[in-house]
Amino acid sequence: MALLIVVGFGVGLYMADLHLSPLKLRLFSYHKWIGVTTWALLLPRIVWRLGHAPPPLPAGMPAWEQTAARAGHLLLYVLMAVIPISGWIMSSAQGVTTVYLGLWPLPDLLAKNEALGWLLLAVHRILNYALLGAVVLHVAAALKHHFIDRDGVLGRMFRFTRAAE
Amino acid sequence: MKIIVPALLLACAAAQAGEYRHVDAARSQIRFTSKQMGVPVDGVFRSFDASLAFDPQAPAAASGRLRIALASIDTGNQEANEEVAGAQWFDTRRYPMAQFELRRILPLGAGRFQVSGMLNLKGVSRPLTVDATLKSGGANQAAMDGAFVLKRLDFGVGGGVWGDVGVVANEVTLRFHLVLEP
Repeated sequence: MALLIVVGFGVGLYMADLHLSPLKLRLFSYHKWIGVTTWALLLPRIVWRLGHAPPPLPAGMPAWEQTAARAGHLLLYVLMAVIPISGWIMSSAQGVTTVYLGLWPLPDLLAKNEALGWLLLAVHRILNYALLGAVVLHVAAALKHHFIDRDGVLGRMFRFTRAAE
Repeated sequence: MKIIVPALLLACAAAQAGEYRHVDAARSQIRFTSKQMGVPVDGVFRSFDASLAFDPQAPAAASGRLRIALASIDTGNQEANEEVAGAQWFDTRRYPMAQFELRRILPLGAGRFQVSGMLNLKGVSRPLTVDATLKSGGANQAAMDGAFVLKRLDFGVGGGVWGDVGVVANEVTLRFHLVLEP
């Protein structure tokens, strides 16, 4: 899922400035399919997360850091959930139905409205930069836990990978 | 003789009332749907004119011509509008008009007709046969409606890199709604 998000972000950034070409149309479709897939994968993840309490934060973390960690994680989930939908609404407003894998059309959420389409493009873009910012902070915080606090938080994020080995 | 002349006049008047000689372009529509990566995208040609002589009672004698100004295309996207005017698509500088020359109308019954003629698009002429319905709409007017599928590559529309029908499908559905007047 992280890989899909990174690729979706990169493709979106690249395709936006392309001159109209078959490649651009292809990339737009791939980008939308990635968004739909990410969103579909996020749903079971959220359900799982709601049913399983995360491991407690390390003892001795200052209160503000604990609050920041919880807020940061919530922000990551909210953005992951909202960004694909913002793209879907934008696509509807621009008059282009989203057709998953070129086979399954998603219902248009809005009637075509060019001005609204441009506005929603700006919203989609801003949300994505917000996600980029949140991911950078998440990584920075994880590295701080690993190298400065040395409390094993980074290692435990990958517990499942290890268990599978 | 005294009886025959008025009867003949009456017959002529009746025939003329049933004949359509004008197309009200302002209230008519020519739309199309192309498919891009499986996504149907609607568009429209905003400027066209038509000449017509069509009597539904005597369809075999019909004649007419429809001309579409290709630069009047609206794909719903400004960048695409500029692209399709270019040489790989319609090449509107060399071929500003598409033309359909009506050759024959055959009645199929129940207000349905088979319309045949030659379509000239981007310098390529090919025969075209389309099924259409005719519905009278009061005030001596009628609406002729129909749809058909055109293969764009038959006319060299969208060549070069755009020849990849996996991105833009070869089949384009055209829909027309023509308001006919006496």
